[in-house]
Amino acid sequence: MTPMHVLNSYVGSPVERIEDLRLLRGKGQFVDDLTREGLLHAAILRSNVAHGRILSIETRDALDLPGVHAVLTAPDFGPSVPVIPLRLMPMPSLEPFAQPVIASDKVRYVGEPVAVVLAESAAIAEDALELIYAEIEPLPAIVDGTKAGDGQVLLVESSGTNEAAQYSALLGDVERAFQEAEYVRREKFRVHRHTALPMEPRGILAEWDQESERLVVWGAAKVPFANRRILAQQMGLAEEDIDMIENDVGGGFGVRGEFYPEDFLVPFAARLTGRPVKWIEDRREHLIATNHAREVDCEVEIACRKDGTILGLRGSAFVDMGAYLRTNGVIGPRNVAQFLVGPYLIPNVAVTASLMMTNKTPVGTYRGPGRYEADFFRERLFDMVARDLGIDRVEFRRRNLVPEDMIPYALPTVTPVEGRTQFDSGDYQATLARCLEEIGWDEKAALQGRLIDGRYHGLGIGCFVEGGGTGPRETARLVVEADGTLSVFVGTSAVGQGLETACAQIAADALEVPMERVRIYHGSTTYVREGFGSFHSRAVVMGGSAIQLAAEALKEKVREAGARHLGCSPDEARIVDWTAVTAGGKSVELAELAAEDLTAEHTFANTKHTYSYGAHAAHVAVDPKTGAVEVLDYLAVEDVGRAINPLTLHGQTIGAIVQGLGGTLLEHLIYDENGQLLTGSLADYMMPTASDYPNIRVVTLQLRPSPVNPLGAKGAGEGGIIPVGGVIANAVAAALAPFDVQPRELPLSPPRVWAMLKTAREGAIV
Amino acid sequence: MQVSMEINGKAVSIDVEPRMTLADCLRHHLGLTGTHVGCEHGVCGACTVMVDGAAMRSCLMLAVQADKAKVVTVEGLSCDEALSPLQAAFRKHHALQCGFCTPGMLTTAHALLSKEPQADETRVREVLSGNLCRCTGYTALVEAVLEARDAYQGGQEA
Amino acid sequence: MKLPSFEYACPATLAEAVRILADHEGEAKVISGGQSLMPVLAFRLAAPSVLVDLRNVPGLDRITITENGVHLGARVRWCDIESHDGLRKAHPLLVQGISHVAHYQIRNRGTVGGSLAHADPAAEMPGLAVACDAEISVQGVAGSRLIKAADFFDGALSTVLEFDEIITGIRFPAWPSGRRWAFEEFARRRGDFAMAGVALHFDLDAAGRACNAHVGVIGVCSHPCRLTAVEEVINGNVVEEDLVAAAAKAASEAVAADVTGDMHASAEYRQALIGVLVERALAHAQV
Repeated sequence: MTPMHVLNSYVGSPVERIEDLRLLRGKGQFVDDLTREGLLHAAILRSNVAHGRILSIETRDALDLPGVHAVLTAPDFGPSVPVIPLRLMPMPSLEPFAQPVIASDKVRYVGEPVAVVLAESAAIAEDALELIYAEIEPLPAIVDGTKAGDGQVLLVESSGTNEAAQYSALLGDVERAFQEAEYVRREKFRVHRHTALPMEPRGILAEWDQESERLVVWGAAKVPFANRRILAQQMGLAEEDIDMIENDVGGGFGVRGEFYPEDFLVPFAARLTGRPVKWIEDRREHLIATNHAREVDCEVEIACRKDGTILGLRGSAFVDMGAYLRTNGVIGPRNVAQFLVGPYLIPNVAVTASLMMTNKTPVGTYRGPGRYEADFFRERLFDMVARDLGIDRVEFRRRNLVPEDMIPYALPTVTPVEGRTQFDSGDYQATLARCLEEIGWDEKAALQGRLIDGRYHGLGIGCFVEGGGTGPRETARLVVEADGTLSVFVGTSAVGQGLETACAQIAADALEVPMERVRIYHGSTTYVREGFGSFHSRAVVMGGSAIQLAAEALKEKVREAGARHLGCSPDEARIVDWTAVTAGGKSVELAELAAEDLTAEHTFANTKHTYSYGAHAAHVAVDPKTGAVEVLDYLAVEDVGRAINPLTLHGQTIGAIVQGLGGTLLEHLIYDENGQLLTGSLADYMMPTASDYPNIRVVTLQLRPSPVNPLGAKGAGEGGIIPVGGVIANAVAAALAPFDVQPRELPLSPPRVWAMLKTAREGAIV
Repeated sequence: MQVSMEINGKAVSIDVEPRMTLADCLRHHLGLTGTHVGCEHGVCGACTVMVDGAAMRSCLMLAVQADKAKVVTVEGLSCDEALSPLQAAFRKHHALQCGFCTPGMLTTAHALLSKEPQADETRVREVLSGNLCRCTGYTALVEAVLEARDAYQGGQEA
Repeated sequence: MKLPSFEYACPATLAEAVRILADHEGEAKVISGGQSLMPVLAFRLAAPSVLVDLRNVPGLDRITITENGVHLGARVRWCDIESHDGLRKAHPLLVQGISHVAHYQIRNRGTVGGSLAHADPAAEMPGLAVACDAEISVQGVAGSRLIKAADFFDGALSTVLEFDEIITGIRFPAWPSGRRWAFEEFARRRGDFAMAGVALHFDLDAAGRACNAHVGVIGVCSHPCRLTAVEEVINGNVVEEDLVAAAAKAASEAVAADVTGDMHASAEYRQALIGVLVERALAHAQV
């Protein structure tokens, strides 16, 4: 007998995932697992020059290689090469900086596509790349975003500038605040370039059907509908003539699924040749072709009263955008400007973020975009300020957190892009208090700055907010199938976060059916009319809310159909166990009703964001002789309003923290002065491994549900990464307090920590 | 060149180019797409399979070098619809998110526990440090492998 | 990152293997475990016309312990060293040093000969070979020869091997009882190539003074080398705090001229690191 499930028995429970059954048995289906009859393999010749003018591209030898079907360069893609529009926050003034799908006259970064080879095998395609001779006249390369503004060398001559835009986040009267302040401090910080690095590289398989003039693209992820719109426009097709199919996706974290040059080149090649074409990004390409992130220099100034009350914050950030503005590239700088304040009550704010173009791989969002950077700047600064003022650094934070009775609380307004948002709910003191308690802050305080067995110990703390649940809307369609099962179609996408399970939990609870009876269809453009995808921790909040609301409508329809069948009023009809509708002793099977087109669709529209929030703390030990930093304990406390699946959320939070630790301590995309990426393999781009960070603890709270959606859920899963840089840097500073070492730049690699210590010691001697 | 192998208990014979890696051979010639390729330069471990009982990176091995070898891939770890104890422990502990590194994690952990069923946390972390995972932060993976040890006691392979 | 095209040969004897190498006049490459060569091919940093696989050549996979020392066949794998019963006693430094090599899967396939031939400046095996005065045996068309490890490596990823020669094994001199030794390396993550490393051993004379010190370093210069200046500081002295500090200082000074910086660490850092590692190795030296 099917067990009866009461309302909400799945949501909030650590339900094992549906996805795992296939993924654990090697039966997942990732894009490179697919093949088609007559398949051609694409390989892309990429510029090995950071900035230069293309003089000629000789493809004859490559074409002569047996097994090579075609070699395409810019002229093959039509009279004008399409450019990739911004998906988020476009402005006409940004258009000159958008990326053409293939270089025609200039190359602007190492890795920019120059030619496409189509061949019978991937190996032959790569062989052919070695036979293409691109003559590129080198131009001076700009590799430092802070120097891009001098305008001596321009990436896009017609624009007259390398500063693509400047965003401002404004609140109150910052000039006055600084004039009246008893204390001010100015500091410079820098976060280095690193990136998301999902374990599955990108990939696309495209097939053109000449007869129906329709295109199918496999390998879509994250935002298939948005990408379909771009592709349709570029290829002169109607959106309905393109199906974007989402397969299993091996991690997203912001970078995967955005529209990249290959998202046009491969489908175009399929139509041109009339054969299916597959391109699978290899790891070397991934490191130069897929979005980078995080590289920001920031000068920031704070004004306080002597009692530690913050009066104002102002500053300017220079964000290294790389060579082009990509689809979501502007989000990082926008967020740096707006979220520099974090969860703190800072009444007067003026922060600018300049988008600086350089001859490096373009940047995009990476989990917690702009927020990780801003949190490092702010939390580091706060520790310095607290010390200056002689206030305990925890107390300094306590005094300045936004009080709950001021929420909803409006953040500084960003111009000229969409810039208004407000905190939805939260007790920021509670998460800070819990964090201190869990890590044992008071007991460990005595360790700070002490040398124990050759290493200095230190603690760090930081508070944060995590935005999520971005609009504008999301649609869910629920269908009762002939066998009585329930199909749920949603427009959000899975990027490995367990979306199927979360959606099934919500649907099963809303309809009071066993989860096994629910099937989730997501991502592909064939399921729903529109979809906005998975970014900004929105998939569950928006898609889940749509499911919840559609479920209500479906129940109503089922009751109506049952009532018609049983000859009673819908009010009398009762759904039992999602198998039958009963009224007055009579009953009809749901499967029988399915013939009556039992479908409900609902669109959940919302422009208000959710704000999860919390505090992280860390205990580190620093080896002064090698500069090595060991994370002895890392504790995260976050209030997510309502956790749909605590098991998966817990896992995502730990994963995010470890990514953050990687970014803070290990990972670094290093360029030389000519714009060549030096860290071009996974041996040199160092991600965390299983032996690096074993001591991570996470406490997830459900204190304050979000008032802006029917689930009460807040976007979560990014939060784990946001405070890590600041928290670890503060812990290192605390450990090395005897030497007054103040980290101002990441990553905290052993050589950097060692050098800081050396400088501090030499300074002390002099 | 002709290569004969025993893969997941079945004899196969196949003609490959010398330059073909074992990973590509498994995936694209034998349809065993459970073995994933994440870096092709021997760092990420996603392509790990068992060759004659030992975990190896199939991107760092030519298919021709596997001639006469016994190869076990993720598809060979559980025979029917049921999950093996190791796989079940992965599910219970949420030791996978996107699932891309998972086949390599499973084959590595299976090889380890088959030889060292007593492996402690330090050893498990040391061994798994050859497999990159970007989603989990490894905590759940280690918990899952430690729990699965029970099924490997007494030398029988789970 | 598909490999470039090549032919594949799997000879049954060493003689046949060297003949194939000779016939291809430098265009052929030996593959054994392939754990260093395969990434090189994947990045297309080499394009040999033929790969000569040693897996069917008999007799290269033995570990032999005699009064003359420890002999490792070229195809001995890291996991073979790790699991060998007698080696831990016969050459504890070797076993300890090898424990830092790469990761589980690579340890199951990577070989001693492959590591020596690849000659990465930061690799443990070449460093141990140089530190311990090991002898490398090679076979060419003209016959076999023994090459002292100190003479074998002549630059980053470069050795004195002729194109027709194959490494057949390496012999580490016998390990006297009572010898003090230590292996210290510093890497960013477990299994990574070291930013720097130190392998050292010394004996004690009747008066308890150190003698016959061998100090080898990896990761600082273009190839592994011994720091004779440090050895001189150690020899004839009791290893205690002041000597350790003096040796550490001597080590930093000794590498000053040759140490190179790269994207991961400056020369200055590496120079200091060598001093720290020598200090720790001496302080932790065990029997």
